[in-house]
Amino acid sequence: MMTASTVNRLPGKEIDWAALRADFPILDQKVNGHPLVYFDNAATSQKPRAVINALDHYYERDNANVHRGIHELSNRATAGFEGARARAAAFLNARAAEEIVFTRGTTEGINLVAAAWGNRHIKAGDVILLTEMEHHSNLVPWQLLAERTGAKLAFLPITGDIGQLDLNRVDEFLTRDVKLLAMVHISNSLGTINPVSELCDRARKLGITTLVDAAQSVGHRPLDVQEIGCDFLAFSGHKMCGPTGIGVLYGRGEVLERMPPYQGGGEMILSVEYQRSTWKQPPHRFEAGTPDIAGAIGLHAAMDYLDGIGRENIARHDMELGAHAYATLAGLQGIRLFGPHVGRAGIVSFLVKDIHAHDVVELANRRGIALRGGHHCTQPLMRKLGVESTSRASFYFYNTTDEIDGFAEVIRDIMKFFGR
Amino acid sequence: MFDDLSDLYQEVILDHCKHPRNFREMTAATCSAQGHNPLCGDQLKLYLTLDGDRIRDVSFVGSGCCISKASASLLTECVKGKTRAEVGKTFDQVREMVTTGKIEGDVGRLAVFAGVHKYPARVKCAILAWHALAAALNGQGQPVSTESEDI
Ligand SMILES: Cc1ncc(COP(=O)(O)O)c(C=O)c1O
Repeated sequence: MMTASTVNRLPGKEIDWAALRADFPILDQKVNGHPLVYFDNAATSQKPRAVINALDHYYERDNANVHRGIHELSNRATAGFEGARARAAAFLNARAAEEIVFTRGTTEGINLVAAAWGNRHIKAGDVILLTEMEHHSNLVPWQLLAERTGAKLAFLPITGDIGQLDLNRVDEFLTRDVKLLAMVHISNSLGTINPVSELCDRARKLGITTLVDAAQSVGHRPLDVQEIGCDFLAFSGHKMCGPTGIGVLYGRGEVLERMPPYQGGGEMILSVEYQRSTWKQPPHRFEAGTPDIAGAIGLHAAMDYLDGIGRENIARHDMELGAHAYATLAGLQGIRLFGPHVGRAGIVSFLVKDIHAHDVVELANRRGIALRGGHHCTQPLMRKLGVESTSRASFYFYNTTDEIDGFAEVIRDIMKFFGR
Repeated sequence: MFDDLSDLYQEVILDHCKHPRNFREMTAATCSAQGHNPLCGDQLKLYLTLDGDRIRDVSFVGSGCCISKASASLLTECVKGKTRAEVGKTFDQVREMVTTGKIEGDVGRLAVFAGVHKYPARVKCAILAWHALAAALNGQGQPVSTESEDI
């Protein structure tokens, strides 16, 4: 059996992607009498045995609370938790482990920035610049901040169904009032890959703070926060083979240092008196209460697993699957596709003529295929595209082109079923 | 092709989904109400013309999945000519049927929705039009949503 650790990680090396499926126990099952085809990876990815084992091992051998103990188990738990932080720093090429704040996920990371950074730095009349394709988690926290402070929101426009940022109009939006540019790296609804390095570069030259929502990119391609040049970057462990309940907020050292705490409680304080407290340096300043220790350890295992395969290899395979699915669906009559024609991630949103997304997803499920239908937490984007919902197939490296071909057959059958 | 789905997508449902009945706006309606299922993006608007206590005419517009469209279409056929009390009773029967699969009393052709209870994610689709009807009859101006607590 080939496992990730035995896979040669040189870029371009042929990898037996189908064999990697054996690392994922959940994939080996039938749903409604058909082999499971899991195409809902943008919602959450499946977990390899290495991650499941890391969680088991932690709870069976090492479980204790972190930082406060002197006993052996507490030392092990602390080493595991802080080891995961150092691993995450290396994974993102951050300058230091202190730039890694553990969160519950992307959503909490963005809320942390909106509260701790936003309350201090955003004033009435300031502009928070987003894009028209943001997930609700990179929109609603800014709406709340704007309500608190009197700031305004502005949105970089996209170009129709192709769903790419209109880069010709960026200068027009990067006005002097803009204090923050927060944008999604890979759109979970469109599969668009945004040029975040270029945009952060242009923003930084104007003194604008930047945040990247890397929920859909971090497990799918090499990612280097220094190369991107962002001030903040948030992601979730569960979309990159890790457990649910753990995520990372990267914050550039100087920026984190100037931020007040997010939540108050244990772990984040230096000394507490009845009337006032002083708090720790980052990252602990932002981690009140007992953290998700097991989650961080599981995330460590997930990062090791992905790097065992090689993220550049994963990115190549991801783009191949995305391109194959796009081309295959484009070959069917009566399909409307969203997102870029080329250079797209492995996320394909589509509509089947006159058939509601939920009917498509229901019928696909009967054939063992897990799709998602709905607004994908991007309601304003759906409205902009003039649709209520789409069906979405989203891939990960354990998916195959054979699965995509079978899926296209099922779409054909669905059209026949509804007489379209 | 999808034989195992015939409990959900019955012939009658497919027919009403493809050719919804009473699918039109009503300019002179006595009352109307909107239903919204944020999970699916389903939106429908139901119109009523009342004659005292009795529904003289009913129609709907909107978009949604096959189940919600067929449910609204069959609703319009079912409640035309009925009184508030009769409609209230049918709503209770429908709710019971789509959540438990149990058919109590005579629900006529609405019985095609009994299979929905096996698909918990679709119960809201089947019941949306009925909530809109109740809202219209109660004269609530607020749109009803399947995400509010009592649905
Ligand atoms: C682009 C994007 N941003 C943010 C999120 C939110 O992630 P989470 O729910 O793990 O906080 C998601 C996932 O649903 C996403 O796809």
